[in-house]
Amino acid sequence: MTDTVERKALTGEQLLSAYRAMRTIREFEERVHAEFATGDIPGFVHLYAGEEASAVGVCSNLDDRDTIASTHRGHGHCIARGVDVGEMMAEIYGRSTGSCHGKGGSMHIADLSKGMLGANGIVGGGPPLICGTALAAKIKGTGGVSVAFFGDGGSNQGTTLESMNLASVWNLPAIFVAENNGYAETTSSTWSVASDNIADRAAGFGMPGVILDGFDFFAVHEAASEAIARARDGGGPTLIEMKFTRYFGHFEGDQQTYRADEVARARAELDCLKRFADRTVQTGELAQADLDAVDAEVAALIDQAVDSAKAAPLPTEADLLTDVYLRY
Amino acid sequence: MARNITYREALNEALAQEMERDETVIVMGEDNAGGAGSPGEQDAWGGVLGVTKGLYHMFPGRVLDTPISESAFIGAAIGAATAGLRPVAELMFVDFMGVCFDQIYNQAAKFRYMFGGKAVTPVVIRTMYGAGLRAAAQHSQCLYPLFTHIPGLKVVLPATPYDAKGLLIQAIRDDDPVIFFEHKALYDLTGPVPEESYALPFGEANVVREGGDVTIVTLGRMVHTSLSAAEELARGGVQCEVIDLRTTSPLDEDTVLESVEGTGRLVVVDEAHPRCNIATDISALVARKAFGALRAPIEMVAAPHTPVPFSSALEDIYIPDAQRVVNAVKTVTGWSR
Repeated sequence: MTDTVERKALTGEQLLSAYRAMRTIREFEERVHAEFATGDIPGFVHLYAGEEASAVGVCSNLDDRDTIASTHRGHGHCIARGVDVGEMMAEIYGRSTGSCHGKGGSMHIADLSKGMLGANGIVGGGPPLICGTALAAKIKGTGGVSVAFFGDGGSNQGTTLESMNLASVWNLPAIFVAENNGYAETTSSTWSVASDNIADRAAGFGMPGVILDGFDFFAVHEAASEAIARARDGGGPTLIEMKFTRYFGHFEGDQQTYRADEVARARAELDCLKRFADRTVQTGELAQADLDAVDAEVAALIDQAVDSAKAAPLPTEADLLTDVYLRY
Repeated sequence: MARNITYREALNEALAQEMERDETVIVMGEDNAGGAGSPGEQDAWGGVLGVTKGLYHMFPGRVLDTPISESAFIGAAIGAATAGLRPVAELMFVDFMGVCFDQIYNQAAKFRYMFGGKAVTPVVIRTMYGAGLRAAAQHSQCLYPLFTHIPGLKVVLPATPYDAKGLLIQAIRDDDPVIFFEHKALYDLTGPVPEESYALPFGEANVVREGGDVTIVTLGRMVHTSLSAAEELARGGVQCEVIDLRTTSPLDEDTVLESVEGTGRLVVVDEAHPRCNIATDISALVARKAFGALRAPIEMVAAPHTPVPFSSALEDIYIPDAQRVVNAVKTVTGWSR
């Protein structure tokens, strides 16, 4: 793809903010992993650790006009969009103080006031919805852009393929982000995706396709910036494929017998946080002390979130029947 | 002022008046204008049903044709509803719900509850249902029981032009997701409809005929079948009270129960298949809450547990007719221990 947008350097503040978001996701997920093992967290939990550069690289280009739809692996997208971490943790613990008052859980965390249309328990559930929010932005002339995140598994759903076609036919300000972490549950994307790359399908839907190293925040930020600017200007949708690895199993409890040693290698050599820190400190854009301060601040934030969640009240029986309808 | 117009025209008028009143109302569906990308007329069809005809030119940019991608555009209507629009999407035949049902029952229906009350999804999905046009197994089903089963959805089935207009206006103004069922055999039905805008509330059944001997609870096209039966029975001295439910979710339990308290006899007439349909639901309601009033076992008239057949020789006996309703009423009036 040709570089049509002049690359703008990120300010120190923007860099620190991106680092903070990625570190918050990592710390959140590592902690949920540890707490899940104690048996205190109910239900199904799918962790995003390893994929932070995708959520933050894309969402750091978005503003109040914009909407995203996420997946069952949605914590990272929520944090990147600014959803309150304390409320998220409380939701994962099923507490009434949670983002969804304990009625959604890990797979359904949403905050429409933050342009976050929900994690989604249905693979391929988000892309059609994002066509709608993009259509609303187009009709109302807000300049808003909508982003659908989906995995390599979701890339094979008809909903996703239909939505890419519709987005092109209607020329919508929509971005399709395929997070190819290598596995749909246990099934390798090298087996389930018939083309060499998910992004190769973009041509079939009349939109640009971009393939990225999903561990590289700067590559993601730049490609997303270009695609989002084009969408805002009426240039239509883009399909962006991230290639990377998730650090944990499909869900917590997954023994991951289908995997070799790729996680250890990724953590050692490819990790998005490590590379971000190395680069920004090396260029002098950020100081190691700034990053250390963020690390400490985030660790305290997550401690606080877990402590508060554990202490928070559970929903009561009266909550069972509320919020089915506005009026019935 | 009321004039006689068709069910189709009443629906069109409801859409036009709401689009005029509220610029967030948009319409989308396959061929809803018709002719997109073609060299000929735009607004060529106004929907395969003709319900949206003329809106394309009246409301530029707000009547959208779609590819044949029900998952994508029904989902888009739902997504747009969360973002401040009031979309009216047309699912051409309800039989096509199979290719987009996830967006309806896992997404639209659940947003409000599973997001802790933070989502508002004012979407209307209009859809055509029912047998009688020799459209065979994949274009003739009722299927409203499936939607009625889902918490978070409202389900509406107008039987007359007057109800079609008033209930569609209410559906568009309603803040919850509404599935709006239009019977394909009713589009040309004519009846009095006021020119001015009006909304009919959901959850209020309509007593379309009063009578003290037997309660007939019905909906949709079967309202007319039941009224024919009631007329014939009246000639023999049996007075039926005919109740049109109008909406199956919410359900007006009170009107049904009050009527049965008075008559002591119930016949439920439903074009849907007989298992887990509206007739079984109403029967269970009355058996639980008005058991003491019943003077005879409840009778149900429904389609058989088969796909809808094609041949007129078969379809005509598939669809419940007035004679079957008459027979059911005679069974409950003639019953003795």
